[in-house]
Amino acid sequence: MIVHLTRRYMFSASHRLHSEQFSEEENRAIYGKCNNPYGHGHNYMIEISVSGPVDGQTGMVCNLFDLDGFVRSQILERYDHQNLNLVAEFTNTVPTTENLCIAIYEIVQRGFMKAHLQKVRIEETMMNSFEYAGEESR
Amino acid sequence: MVYLTRKAEFSASHYYHNPAFSPEENQRVFGKCNNPNGHGHNYTLEVTVKGAVDPKSGFVVDLKQLKEIMNREVLDALDHRFLNKEVPEFATKIPTTENLAVAIWNRLAPKLSSAQLHRVRVYETPDLFVDVYGDAAEQNLHGAA
Repeated sequence: MIVHLTRRYMFSASHRLHSEQFSEEENRAIYGKCNNPYGHGHNYMIEISVSGPVDGQTGMVCNLFDLDGFVRSQILERYDHQNLNLVAEFTNTVPTTENLCIAIYEIVQRGFMKAHLQKVRIEETMMNSFEYAGEESR
Repeated sequence: MVYLTRKAEFSASHYYHNPAFSPEENQRVFGKCNNPNGHGHNYTLEVTVKGAVDPKSGFVVDLKQLKEIMNREVLDALDHRFLNKEVPEFATKIPTTENLAVAIWNRLAPKLSSAQLHRVRVYETPDLFVDVYGDAAEQNLHGAA
């Protein structure tokens, strides 16, 4: 039986939504207060969902030590208390939570081999959340 | 098709140990969860059923019936229990949240009549939950998963 396991993590970061492809006026019109030149921050809550059969010996889909270690070193250390606009993947990409979701999905998909990645979900605030499950699922 | 979810809470203790592993392996794989005296959690269970809305009652499922089934099949058996020692499924299986969700699925699925079980979600803590879905279970029944 395939079982899905989800673990939540938190980090805090700042960002500014601004695209060089738009004029100053367009940026303000599209991004509103998120375009404030000094940026602003959020407490991001990330959910990483993995899936697979339950290992007969351990009773686990994936050992949480492995997942926690990976997420801590590859995601939390990368983004926590950073300005997202200055992180490499957002030099030419607007750090919306949509794009952050895709970036985190790709980091896990590329680097975490101990379980199948099912989905990444991010809550930017209590009122909005974003999900990405790879191209094939859409 | 309408989906309906009912929540319930239970508290139980458990520990992780595989007799096939050496003491060192058990410690390495399971860490502090390997403490033989056990430790506990407040689990939250979400049971999601699906079905058509009955035109006469307006229900997908009779909630009272669903609550009774959840109480009888799951909560009475698991609440305030030491899972390893008091729940038959875990005499041979390690009571991880994964195995717990599968066990709850297997307890509930045959007992539901009017609606079909869609998902069993078990939260071990607010930061960790496990989902088991009907389609995957059906695959398993047919030997494909």
